[in-house]
Amino acid sequence: MSTDNSSKAYWKETLALVRNMLIIWFLVSYGAGILFAGALNSISLGGYPLGFWFAQQGSIYVFIILIFFYAKKMGKLDEKYDVHED
Amino acid sequence: MGLQAMTYLVVGLTFAIYIGIAVWARAGSTSDFYSAGGNVGPVINGMAIGADWMSAASFISMAGLIANMGYGGGLFLMGWTGGYVLLAMLLAPYLRKFGKYTVPSFVSTRYYSTGASVVAVLCLLAASLTYIIGQMTGVGVAFSRFLGVSNSTGIYIGMGIVFLYAVFGGMKGITYTQVAQYCVLILAYTVPAIFISMQLTGNPIPQLGLGSGFVGTDMSLLGKLDEVVTGLGFGKYTTQVPGSLLNMFVYTVSLMIGTAGLPHVIMRFFTVATVKDARYSAGWALIFIALLYTTAPAVAAMARLNLHATVNQAVMQTDGDLFAPENSLVYAERPDWMKRWEVTGLLKFKDMNGDGRIQYYNGKSKNADFLAKVEAAGWKGSELMVNRDIMVLANPEIALLPNWVIALVAAGGLAAALSTAAGLLLAISSAISHDLFKNIWFRDMTDAQELLAGKIAMACSIVAAGYLGLNPPGFAAGTVAIAFGLAASSIFPCLMMGIFSKTMNKEGAIAGMLSGLGITMLYVFAHKGLFFIKGTEFLGLFGGKSSFFFGISPNAFGAIGALVNFAVAFAVKNMTPPVPENIAQMVEDVRIPRGSKAVDGAH
Repeated sequence: MSTDNSSKAYWKETLALVRNMLIIWFLVSYGAGILFAGALNSISLGGYPLGFWFAQQGSIYVFIILIFFYAKKMGKLDEKYDVHED
Repeated sequence: MGLQAMTYLVVGLTFAIYIGIAVWARAGSTSDFYSAGGNVGPVINGMAIGADWMSAASFISMAGLIANMGYGGGLFLMGWTGGYVLLAMLLAPYLRKFGKYTVPSFVSTRYYSTGASVVAVLCLLAASLTYIIGQMTGVGVAFSRFLGVSNSTGIYIGMGIVFLYAVFGGMKGITYTQVAQYCVLILAYTVPAIFISMQLTGNPIPQLGLGSGFVGTDMSLLGKLDEVVTGLGFGKYTTQVPGSLLNMFVYTVSLMIGTAGLPHVIMRFFTVATVKDARYSAGWALIFIALLYTTAPAVAAMARLNLHATVNQAVMQTDGDLFAPENSLVYAERPDWMKRWEVTGLLKFKDMNGDGRIQYYNGKSKNADFLAKVEAAGWKGSELMVNRDIMVLANPEIALLPNWVIALVAAGGLAAALSTAAGLLLAISSAISHDLFKNIWFRDMTDAQELLAGKIAMACSIVAAGYLGLNPPGFAAGTVAIAFGLAASSIFPCLMMGIFSKTMNKEGAIAGMLSGLGITMLYVFAHKGLFFIKGTEFLGLFGGKSSFFFGISPNAFGAIGALVNFAVAFAVKNMTPPVPENIAQMVEDVRIPRGSKAVDGAH
């Protein structure tokens, strides 16, 4: 790490990324899957009521996408701040 | 070939593969033993995590649980997968960068204290030992049910197999066997699901089949299921909630952070070569886990519908009358699979109204309309007792699938139990040989001595686990939930504060762990008795059961324990001396990937 400033900036961007990922994580599982499941059930996705789908299928798919998106973004951040592994 | 011979053949073949891998992957150093040499690829590691994670409970019991709970069962699906998001973003890359073999090693260095490390070892042992009891009983059950040997013979055989590849191969042997075990268990789970989805919906992909139309009707499968179960007095499948929404919410939080705090899963991230690989391997792990976890709800709903359709013909008719006498199955004409499972005691029939037919409905319903219909039909109580494990175990037979599929399910159940047991045993033995022996008691051990100590600790753990499996303590049923509560309330907050707070000190961390753990155990004991001894419940002290703490169930309490942990830790931190300068520097260093090296045991 070259300077303290760049170290701070790297950590700040990392935290912002994690925060955004966890907001989506929360919205699909606790939001769509639990708190608003009742309301979403009036919409159907094929034969699935939407809230039920989020609780038993959809949130899991979103989790996978989140982790890969995060891993890719972090790889870019590491290079931007020159802290990646060789 | 008969079913029994076929089962022996398939199970024998998979065991031969596991032993072959064990011989090939012997551990020659502590690095091999604790972290498989530190060069496992992210995809292979992900697959091994999948096998490690999916236990006998996931394989055998989860679909049955969901079948009973309906929509509310989603809390297990979200809880046990959402934890990987936390693991990938909050813990795994940083613990990998830190680069030590075990979780207590991190705690000991980060909190500059042997005391903190000992508390962490205790939490780890408590969580892993309670978890392993369930696995060993699972091994016994799978053997006795599928191979016709006694429960204890099954546990001895299971101990022998795990001994072969875990003691000689350590993490290296376990990792590569787990890859094979993953392939066996996922095939065993999905093949029957594909057949059944095909039969009920015409769609071979179970995840889509669950959202498709029900063959022969113009209704969706879930719509049909809702109609049938509400008609029989059960809660509506797609909206039924366990307790309250709040309870479901807190329960899901507990399972998620418990998942992220389980030491045998965290350890797996020390086997990859880089921080980058640690991030990706969490993603791969979740893909492999999701293959089973998204199939499970389909298996659950379809098995439940199949079961109702078997005992009540009205299910398959349009506007059929569930209460018409001729629609209930005549007991003497029941299908063969029911006879087979009655022998095991997992299925029981009691003819309450003496009509020789099976009436299966919700005998505990309080709905007045429904009770009036039950009364009018002359039903005197639900006559079928169905153990939830049947939903997976008997599924291939209910759907009349060929013998090789049934044999495959046997091999899959065994693979799931053995792979999780092996991962837990490794977490236990490394906590003993590395954290207690090498880092606290005998600091001058050589690598060869430590490897030997690790193997002996592993052998002793296997014997202890086997003993607990043979003589399960009275509270065995609740143990897996307790393991999650322990991990959620003690280990997860401690690790997270170690990475995300530069100022958290040892006093705060120790006080936090102990109070999180303490309040969780207190809440569980208040509901289930001191150390699970019946009759020692002390809920009265808090003003009674139903109104106690917003109706949150004891299994869901880990999340509250974690909150207490955080609060106490920060309060104590502010009253005690600050962390030394070099620790703040170390935390800085853990946060960036550069400079990662292979994990080792050095201080």
